[in-house]
Amino acid sequence: MLTDITLGQYFPGTSPLHNMDARVKIVLLFIYIVAIFLFDNHVNYGIMTAGALGAVILSRLPVGMVLKSIKPLWWIILFSFGIHLFSTPGEPIFKVWNFAMTREGIIQGFIISLRLVLMIMVSSLLMFTTSPLKLTDALESLMSPLKKIGFPAHELAMMMTIAMRFIPTLLEETDKIMKAQQSRGSDIGDGNFLQRAKGMIPILVPLFISAFRRADELAIAMEARCYQGGVDRTRMKQQRLHDIDFWAGGIFALFLVSLIAVQIIL
Amino acid sequence: MSIELKNVSHVYMPKTPFERLALDDITLTIPEGVITAIAGHTGSGKSTLIQHFNGLLKPAAGSVLVDGVDISRKSNEAKTARRKVGIVFQYPEYQLFEETVAKDIAFGPTNMGCSEEETLERVKKAMEFVDLDYDKYGKRSPFQLSGGQKRRAAIAGILALKPKYLVLDEPTAGLDPKGRESLMDKFRKLHKAQGTTIVLISHNMDNIASYADNVIILNRGKVTLEAPPAEAFSKTEVIRQAGLELPEVKSIMNELAANGLAIENDAFTMDKAVQEITEALRRAGKC
Amino acid sequence: MSFIECIDLTHIYNAGMENEYLAVENVNIKINEGEFVAILGTNGSGKSTLAKHFNGLLLPTSGKCIVDGMDTTDESHTYDIRKQIGMVFQNPDNQIIAAIVEDDIGFGPENIGLDPHEIRRNVTAALRAVDMEEFRSFSPHHLSGGQKQRVAIAGALAMNTRCLVLDEPTAMLDPRGRHEVMDTVSRLNKERGITTIYITHFMEEAALADRIFVMDQKHLVADGTPREIFKDIGSMKKRGLAVPMAAEMAYRLQQKGVKITESIINTEDLVKALCQ
Repeated sequence: MLTDITLGQYFPGTSPLHNMDARVKIVLLFIYIVAIFLFDNHVNYGIMTAGALGAVILSRLPVGMVLKSIKPLWWIILFSFGIHLFSTPGEPIFKVWNFAMTREGIIQGFIISLRLVLMIMVSSLLMFTTSPLKLTDALESLMSPLKKIGFPAHELAMMMTIAMRFIPTLLEETDKIMKAQQSRGSDIGDGNFLQRAKGMIPILVPLFISAFRRADELAIAMEARCYQGGVDRTRMKQQRLHDIDFWAGGIFALFLVSLIAVQIIL
Repeated sequence: MSIELKNVSHVYMPKTPFERLALDDITLTIPEGVITAIAGHTGSGKSTLIQHFNGLLKPAAGSVLVDGVDISRKSNEAKTARRKVGIVFQYPEYQLFEETVAKDIAFGPTNMGCSEEETLERVKKAMEFVDLDYDKYGKRSPFQLSGGQKRRAAIAGILALKPKYLVLDEPTAGLDPKGRESLMDKFRKLHKAQGTTIVLISHNMDNIASYADNVIILNRGKVTLEAPPAEAFSKTEVIRQAGLELPEVKSIMNELAANGLAIENDAFTMDKAVQEITEALRRAGKC
Repeated sequence: MSFIECIDLTHIYNAGMENEYLAVENVNIKINEGEFVAILGTNGSGKSTLAKHFNGLLLPTSGKCIVDGMDTTDESHTYDIRKQIGMVFQNPDNQIIAAIVEDDIGFGPENIGLDPHEIRRNVTAALRAVDMEEFRSFSPHHLSGGQKQRVAIAGALAMNTRCLVLDEPTAMLDPRGRHEVMDTVSRLNKERGITTIYITHFMEEAALADRIFVMDQKHLVADGTPREIFKDIGSMKKRGLAVPMAAEMAYRLQQKGVKITESIINTEDLVKALCQ
């Protein structure tokens, strides 16, 4: 059944990572990812890996689950590993036709894979420990300085909020429509591409019509509740920094300083 | 001949934290040729149940037989059996998609492999049945119709499949009193004229009281009552527990009896109730 | 002065265009503060169109709609009016905006720029008023239809609304949900004096109102107490409507020669008339 899909990747919890302010998490994540590609000292790779593992432990999520998040991108990692393996010049170890696998290639491939894995891992940690709602609020607030240059930060956040609210509803609706058309003998997923595409029409047309109807009704309901865009709007849930956010910032600063020190000294 | 469910269970999202037993060991029979009502509040498992009637959902355990054929099998015989059951889902107007009303109604018969003439014939019959004039509405877009007409066009789309068993999930939801009555009368006519077996899914007990020959009550995925209306409506407690209400007529009659009016109190339709009350008053010499 | 007043209100959709459609014509009504008014009428009779005028979602093509002394066409009052007149629509799914109950209830107060503490206070009070405190942090997706409608009502209450306009709020609900909504609405009307305008197809619900308006073919055709309105079974049926079961039963009994002189709109009346 279509509605069986679990939505979002948020796993509720009370770990330090869960309790952190989402804005702080996003900023730190951003800096971390930049750091991954900036520092290329071997010792630093060790520190960064340790940092990522430390965050996993702090999140109190099962390690297996975090590792699983890499699975969908496994092929990309493997692919870039392969490219580096054969395209890096150096001392050849093994030769297939014109392509030589080099010692440097192995190291380069390994490094690039590690970078990707770390990046995916910490990004998933953000998704795992932050509810989608907090995430949108945080993005809105981080992007709000851009409002001055006409960037629609509020509108974007509102869109994301509504999308999150309606994804389960529309999934359920799709399921219903599919079943209704199946009851009228439509075979979905039979035949060649063209036939299958044609088979989607009886589902997509009602789905779009329903989505438009819902959007229309929702717009009226929002208007009835005095919605007038982001102007003069207040928020019930204010985002405030707590002790834990300052601690996290402090620890992260130390982490960063040691990365820089290692990079310069070694 | 009948639709038979034997020890049917259904589990949503098995092996996840959200696992939920929606149907719990259900055994029931929907006999051919009568109107059976299935009542239960939202979440009682009604919708899950009817999706088993034509194989949209497969039971986690147990089996579903339509006219003696197990429909979960892959044979042609099972396919034919599944097609004997037509389901009109709640708010069926939301499944309309074609450019014209006639094309939309033809969707089902075409999928079944009917010839063009046969399909046209069926479309015309189905439209006639739901009071939509073929010449007037056949070429119109279904999205230009009024709410009530859309509903009827969608129902015609199922009738064109000529189901032997017609399952109706809250067919009158959202309609006004006149619309409710005229639609229900059409189904009754269909039942009388063509002997179509009707399964009416509803929480409107007054509707059930006036149309059903057989009442099944579902509560938390279990059948808690399966009886003819007179017997079913005497079990007030079972009905309350299922989150339902007695038919209004029946509860008025109960009140009258409780306040000393000497009625027999087995009426649950208006006609019968009026008759019982006048007789009681006559006996008491008040009339 | 009445709280809401419509004077010769006419509404034409797409006025002046090829597909123009007259939905409401020359309606005159007065609704007093604290009143519980039901509006009956078949689909297409114009009742929803009329209801959308009460908070300025639609503006009259001609005529006027005055709310608490403010003309709805005066744009400077639009939000003052909408604050006071909360609306609840038929489909509970299409009026809940946020993915968490309390966030949704806070949506209105946030829009009118209340202080965060005040919003929180209002949200808590509104949740309590509709008896949904325990669902505060639930996702609306996991609520029943009746609960969702109560959230919608709370969303209006959190703006300190003085009036609720409900457009067939129970049409998509099961009996349990219908009771939940009806009980909540009539309690809010009685205990807090919230003016209530309730559109419905269920005659038993309308029978609980102080006053009933009947719409037919775009016009207001009757205005009276439930007893007055449901007395006239003939014209109610002619308009595609019905009367409460008890009223119909009394009518049928009268036709069979049973003497019932009182007007009957509910079971209680019928018991009184027949069991003496």
